[in-house]
Amino acid sequence: MTRSDPDLQLSCDVLVIGGGPAATWAATAATLAGARVVLVDKGYCGTSGVAATAGVGHWLVPPDAAQREEAMLSRARLGGLLTDRGWQARVLEETWTQLKALEGLGYPAASDPRGAAVLRIGQAPQYMRFMRQRVKRLGVTILDHSPALELLRARDGAVRGARGVRRQLAVNWQVHAGAVVLATGGCTWKSKSLGGDVNTGDGQLMAAEVGAHLSGMEFSSFYGIVPRHTSMDKNGYYGFASFTREDGSPIEGELFGSRAPLLRAACEGTVYARLDKAPEALRPVMRAAMPNFFMVLDKLRVNPFEQRYPIDFVLEGTVRGTGGLHLSDADCSTGVPGLYAAGDTASREVLVGAATGAGAPNAAWAVSSGTWAGRAAAEHARLHGSAPQPLTAAGRSGLTPNAGRGPSAQELERAVQAELLPIEKNGFRSESGLSRSLGVLDGLWTDAAASGSDDLRERARLRESVAMLAMARWAYASALVRTETRVMHTRVDHPELDPAQTQRILCGGLDQVWTERDPELPVVLGQERIAS
Amino acid sequence: MIEVLSRSRCIDCDICLRVCPTNVFDPGEGAPVIARQSDCQTCFQCEAYCPVAAIYVAPLREPAPAGSAYRDESALAESGELGVYRERIGWGDSAPELPTQDQLTQLLQHMRARLPAARE
Repeated sequence: MTRSDPDLQLSCDVLVIGGGPAATWAATAATLAGARVVLVDKGYCGTSGVAATAGVGHWLVPPDAAQREEAMLSRARLGGLLTDRGWQARVLEETWTQLKALEGLGYPAASDPRGAAVLRIGQAPQYMRFMRQRVKRLGVTILDHSPALELLRARDGAVRGARGVRRQLAVNWQVHAGAVVLATGGCTWKSKSLGGDVNTGDGQLMAAEVGAHLSGMEFSSFYGIVPRHTSMDKNGYYGFASFTREDGSPIEGELFGSRAPLLRAACEGTVYARLDKAPEALRPVMRAAMPNFFMVLDKLRVNPFEQRYPIDFVLEGTVRGTGGLHLSDADCSTGVPGLYAAGDTASREVLVGAATGAGAPNAAWAVSSGTWAGRAAAEHARLHGSAPQPLTAAGRSGLTPNAGRGPSAQELERAVQAELLPIEKNGFRSESGLSRSLGVLDGLWTDAAASGSDDLRERARLRESVAMLAMARWAYASALVRTETRVMHTRVDHPELDPAQTQRILCGGLDQVWTERDPELPVVLGQERIAS
Repeated sequence: MIEVLSRSRCIDCDICLRVCPTNVFDPGEGAPVIARQSDCQTCFQCEAYCPVAAIYVAPLREPAPAGSAYRDESALAESGELGVYRERIGWGDSAPELPTQDQLTQLLQHMRARLPAARE
């Protein structure tokens, strides 16, 4: 079997790559707009990604002007003023509208008098099981265990499909489409965070190979709190926690900013948490509302309210960080004809700036950006047609046929992780450290050009490693030029916020990585507020 | 990480094989086999989806050491911990107590008071 001889050929109007909330919302919107849709996921649509495993709350604010204004400003302030109120307002409105509409569709627990507010806290993994059933009922063709490896382009440069492998069947697939939506998630560099190992930056790599840009990649250093040696990265409940060192001395936790005191203490020794600030009466409710968190603590035989327990940190990269593909338009276009991005694949700086979008804002972003991307992709396919035509594959590194000269997937993965996962390197950044890491990563990129495999599973894994490597280089190149400390981005050699850098940073490129300040400035206040 | 797939409980439905997002299982003769434990991301989805509580995912993100209680199938079956996640989310035989809407609202108010990010 060769790369040009696929075993499964499909054609459709819209191809959605990914299987989490953004992908299923995109598939839903495209179908409702009249498109024939194929959805391919590297894992299983319904369990893949962080939403299925984590429990979802959405950024939901009722349609009340004052409440929404306050919500947007609050996120702008927390996010270091890098947000855009136009995007924020549209996300709040679209998410509210879409989730209200779920009520009539039998979503299991939707019975809240305030509308869809019940989705603020969700029963993982019920949400994604429901979304899978929903897209199946709409007639979407789902290919599970079918990672996409590269995009396909027509002669005019428009993206018209993709190809990849069906890893459980050891065959190839190829889909011709009128337009493509990337919804493959962010990148955690396989840190073993909860549900995060499928998020390796595949969509960002494929998009960059056809010329798309990224934004906010320096905001990729979020470390989530887990009970020590586990994957259970719940962060919200730690607002009720006291943190202590081994000797019992307290650590002042800053949960939504840099977290520097906690991370520094973790570099020096064991950090302990106890949820002792949770009111007694609330504790059974906390337990019932987050079954996965307490399932893990019960398996560890820990009562988090009564005893302190050791914690450590796992890198959640751009999943709880905010960097991703730069959207060139409100319809979630990447700027490359026929290619759209949704969910964590896209940058969420416009929504939450330099602070984490974890939980509620990211979940709302998946609903709204998925809806817009799916709708726009369907419209693009309608205007430009979906008939199969001669296509060229755009994939590069890691796809060399018959190759064994470059590093293996595992070698690449470990080398990238050695630069990205340690708190000392990624949590506390400096010009010298970043430059040293970039030297290593650039060398790996050169080596990876010769990597490839005839084994389809290894080939898919190689592309994951190459994507992690590309994401790593964009992250550190952006971190190098942001010579200040802003929310989650901590530069030990520039410990202060620099108001002159209240601007987003774009990046891109593969052999040559580039960065530049986004000429489009953040918009935090409305016109009336600026005038007054 | 996944530590136990009980061959005595397994009904060979292959659901775990289908739903595992990181493709940890391979088809076996009868029950699927844990073919690539190192790829397990400790997301507990197989434990939730297994219809007969045959799976136990240990809370650790690395393999449990030999002799660990997390690998002791009979003890885990005895304590009712095999497949416990499925029970906790209400997909099993028992109906777990779910928070009422009032309780959730109360919880959110408390969280908002403590966390600046939740104040909207």
